[in-house]
Amino acid sequence: MSQSVRVEKLSFHYNNDTRWILKNVSFEICEGDVVGIVGPSGVGKSTLCYCLKGIIPDVIPGNLVGNVWIDNINTRQVSAGKIAEHIGIVFQDPESQIVGLTVEEELAFGPENMEEDPAEILSRMPVLLDLVGLGTFRRQETYKLSGGQKQRLAIASALMMHPKILILDEPTSELDPVGREEVYQAVRNLKEKGVTIILVDHHIEEMLDVVDRLLVFEDGMLVEDSKPRDFFQRDLTGKYTWLRRPQVVQVGSMLHSAGVAKGFMNPLEEEFIEELREILASGNAPDSVAAGGER
Amino acid sequence: MATDAMPHIEFDQVSFRYDKSTPFVIQDIRLQIYTGDFVALIGQNGSGKTTLAKHVNGILKPSLGQVLVNGRASQAYKRLEMARLIGYCYQNPDHQIFSQTVEAEVEYGPKAIGYTPEKVKEQSAAALELVELTHRRKVHPSMLGRGERQRLAVASILAMGVSTLVVDEPTTGLDFVGVTRIMDLLASWNSRFNTTIVIITHDISVVADYIPRVVLMAQGRVLLDGPTADVLQSFGELKEAAIRPPQVTRIAHALNLLDGTRSIVRVPELVEALLQRR
Repeated sequence: MSQSVRVEKLSFHYNNDTRWILKNVSFEICEGDVVGIVGPSGVGKSTLCYCLKGIIPDVIPGNLVGNVWIDNINTRQVSAGKIAEHIGIVFQDPESQIVGLTVEEELAFGPENMEEDPAEILSRMPVLLDLVGLGTFRRQETYKLSGGQKQRLAIASALMMHPKILILDEPTSELDPVGREEVYQAVRNLKEKGVTIILVDHHIEEMLDVVDRLLVFEDGMLVEDSKPRDFFQRDLTGKYTWLRRPQVVQVGSMLHSAGVAKGFMNPLEEEFIEELREILASGNAPDSVAAGGER
Repeated sequence: MATDAMPHIEFDQVSFRYDKSTPFVIQDIRLQIYTGDFVALIGQNGSGKTTLAKHVNGILKPSLGQVLVNGRASQAYKRLEMARLIGYCYQNPDHQIFSQTVEAEVEYGPKAIGYTPEKVKEQSAAALELVELTHRRKVHPSMLGRGERQRLAVASILAMGVSTLVVDEPTTGLDFVGVTRIMDLLASWNSRFNTTIVIITHDISVVADYIPRVVLMAQGRVLLDGPTADVLQSFGELKEAAIRPPQVTRIAHALNLLDGTRSIVRVPELVEALLQRR
């Protein structure tokens, strides 16, 4: 599959601070992949998003070493506005990124600024609104939307610029559980449509069944790039203390220590429950239990 | 909870609406909070949590019924008097931080409510010490990380010498280290100083791990009020409030481990139940 994002030996520090925020980061993302980015607060996740979006170096100045290609375009060589046609972004705060008075106005804002044909703009709206579950909200005033609805509108607005790549920078951290689930459902729909997604979130539990890969950052460096399942199916004692383990992972590792589960158990809830059923059914014969690690 | 004593805060059939032409946002709330209580308010956005919380220290006044603080109606308090008693911490620290240094931010509150300069210095220093930001006191608040700003916001409320804290979503946007730090801090104040704490939160595992009592809200009403383990295992009411029980509780339910003899809302409780069942 073709390459959507290529980051090569990227290092960066802001002009007002000599501390390197990103240090020699390299990775690639293929078209249609959904990639989760995790790391402690302040590790440079948002800075990385700005680099991918071309806001760095075009708008926010600083010292950028290395290169970022988005759809094979080097972000150093074009304006952030030009890169916006290839990569969209949704931020954390639903209140601060919506400018339109109605859903329709909000969706039209980006493409109108690019002087696109109004009829063409209008024709794109229904599909995108359906995709984020806002099909009936087209004429709604934006101030009446809930936080989850606003975030989904922000996603649809970003997609109006028909980018193939979408960055979601902590899109659910200000939302209640219903709002979070709505946003994740929208993400699953986008994934099905083949949108390349870069998702930053502290709630790894919710990310697990959506992302294909997990990029783990510590101290400005990319320290791990793995499948989410592999990430948890091993001994994480003393590692990544900033990361809240899903409760299943905590339970799994306690059962492992107690000698009840032989391997490290599956971090996905449904499959975890199945493994527990097997363990319970096997009764007092722990040797007959083969948990996730052996598959 | 000393049930024979007078409640520290009592909601007596409280209803509230912003305007006579609009529907009630909270309705017929009856609630008693005693000195030293540590209470979580949970529910969806729009369920009335924040509106209820803003009645605790009189930011909002009831349209019907009354809120009694130490036996006196909240309306009868002068603003300064209330500010020395109960502090309210907003969800987004950036909505309440405005000073040029961390130290100035913490000193603002106690100055504004008229403490002597010595007392201002003393209480501010103590509050910064408590949230472990003393070493950062000379820097601009914008140089702090999100978790540090959250702790600064809490410190500036504490510096006013309040014995009761209402905290709206203190763990939003924090990584696990940040969450643990702020919750450990709140829990230790509660146990060391008998500080009364009311927390609004969506973080169900924080509730299970730290907070002994839960008030569950839906559509402006209190659906349930009781010990955390009881509330978090009440699947019917939780569903009505659109709140998911903790993951371990869901798993225990799926495996028929919730037989009424034990509660399973925390990780070790599920592990213990599984080990016993084998």
